[in-house]
Amino acid sequence: MSGSAKTAKRVQFDHVSLTFGTPKGPLNVVEDVTYDIHDGDFIAVIGPSGCGKTTMMSMLAGFQQPTAGRVLFDGKPVSGPGPERGVIFQEYGVFPWLTVKQNIAFGLQLKANHVEAKAREEICQHYLDLMGLSDFANSYPKHLSGGMRQRLAIARAYAVKPQFLLMDEPFGALDAQTRANMQNLLLRVLSSEGKTVMLITHSVEEAIYLASRIVVVTARPARIKEIIDVPFAYPRDESIQERGEFGALRSHIRELVMNEYRAQQAQMRPVSFSE
Amino acid sequence: MKQSVARRFLLGLVPWAGVIAFWYAVRLSGLVNASLVPAPHQVAKKFVDLLLHEGLLIDIYASTRRVFLGVTLGILVAVPVGFLLGWYRPARTFADPMINFFRALPPIALIPLVIVYFGIDEVAKLVILFYASFFSGVIVMYEGVSQITPLYIRVAKTLGASEFEIFRKVIIPLTVPHILTALRVALGVAWATLVASELIAAQRGLGAMIQNASTYFLLDVIYVGIICIGVIALIMDLILRKISARLLAWQERVVT
Repeated sequence: MSGSAKTAKRVQFDHVSLTFGTPKGPLNVVEDVTYDIHDGDFIAVIGPSGCGKTTMMSMLAGFQQPTAGRVLFDGKPVSGPGPERGVIFQEYGVFPWLTVKQNIAFGLQLKANHVEAKAREEICQHYLDLMGLSDFANSYPKHLSGGMRQRLAIARAYAVKPQFLLMDEPFGALDAQTRANMQNLLLRVLSSEGKTVMLITHSVEEAIYLASRIVVVTARPARIKEIIDVPFAYPRDESIQERGEFGALRSHIRELVMNEYRAQQAQMRPVSFSE
Repeated sequence: MKQSVARRFLLGLVPWAGVIAFWYAVRLSGLVNASLVPAPHQVAKKFVDLLLHEGLLIDIYASTRRVFLGVTLGILVAVPVGFLLGWYRPARTFADPMINFFRALPPIALIPLVIVYFGIDEVAKLVILFYASFFSGVIVMYEGVSQITPLYIRVAKTLGASEFEIFRKVIIPLTVPHILTALRVALGVAWATLVASELIAAQRGLGAMIQNASTYFLLDVIYVGIICIGVIALIMDLILRKISARLLAWQERVVT
């Protein structure tokens, strides 16, 4: 599943840097990042919080432009958000004024995706079933739990059939049990829908359990520390977490992340981001 | 279900019964000269009297119509203006001081000027009510719109929404609650301004009725007028709340 020579390069980070101008002078958030994401890859980006990994994703989503280098999607520079790159936000972002079903249908009703009314109905039904939301099709999000809202956000993003899915700490706000269920659901859905994914996380276990490749980034400015291939084949289940290789990989990555975390603490320069 | 509605209705009546009891108590206690406090039943009798012989309904109609038109016009203008101010920060920096200046002026203070420029007929009263509704509504609108989170717009963009689709499918639904709040606030302010607007040589209207009654020291008529204004304002607010509850069923509320 990891990027082989056969599959197409879906995403290229090409010497990407991003610098913010602040009153105290320029602040490097991302520095000279280069890596490729191939079709079928599941990339997890891991690093200390506030290191700039979300900024990396934000550039690929099209919300921010790099100040140096290029972010390419299908060979073309990313100039703005688009339906071929689905985004799952940390805060879910389900539309509270629409019912569960209307939320899933939202993207399908947009001109850019041209989906006919009949197909719309089928797609909605498919994702309602897949995400276990059928009983709540006509409920407003205020009646949903955190896990259900996140499932709804995923269903809504999937419904427009993006070639690529960006997830920004999607399970960060969920309790451990729900989180584990969501991870398993995501793996199931991916095995049936086959999507290329970039996941931002700060959980080492989550990264190993889900990803085919892990990009460890440094404390701010985010640079690539190490790119690690995860040796487990898909489909995966929780038993891999008991394997010796899993534990070895976890210790190795945890060590890398902890070093960066300490480096981050040592910087002692609190900066508040407007984004 | 039916029982709970009946219970809520009765529960709502209790404080009113309390007010009437207090009213009688004040009158019977002798603390206040009885001629200065007409008894509730005297006011009720006056109400029927005015209704049957003095055309109270015409007054009610005249006032309600003025409030309705003033608020409708005020909000029709306040919604787009408030939206622009809330949405475009430069517009806000530009217009904010001026809006706050005019908002701070009590409409009553403007009455002499309104008479000079708009005369003393219906237009003058509408101008005052429009003024009051517009400035109370525009503040609510722009405060509300400026607090719309950019998250939903980002989500819509990642799903492929065009600017126009974002406006129609995201921003408008998020604006509706603020429009309804603006309406409710404006309605309250407009009723408060009504008596002032009817100071301008109004022939009919509840404010005019109260004004005339005060000239002749007809306390019972003043009471009738005040109670009518209160009741009509209450009914209008109830209707608006019903509409809000229907349109905003999706909103999370502390109390349902």
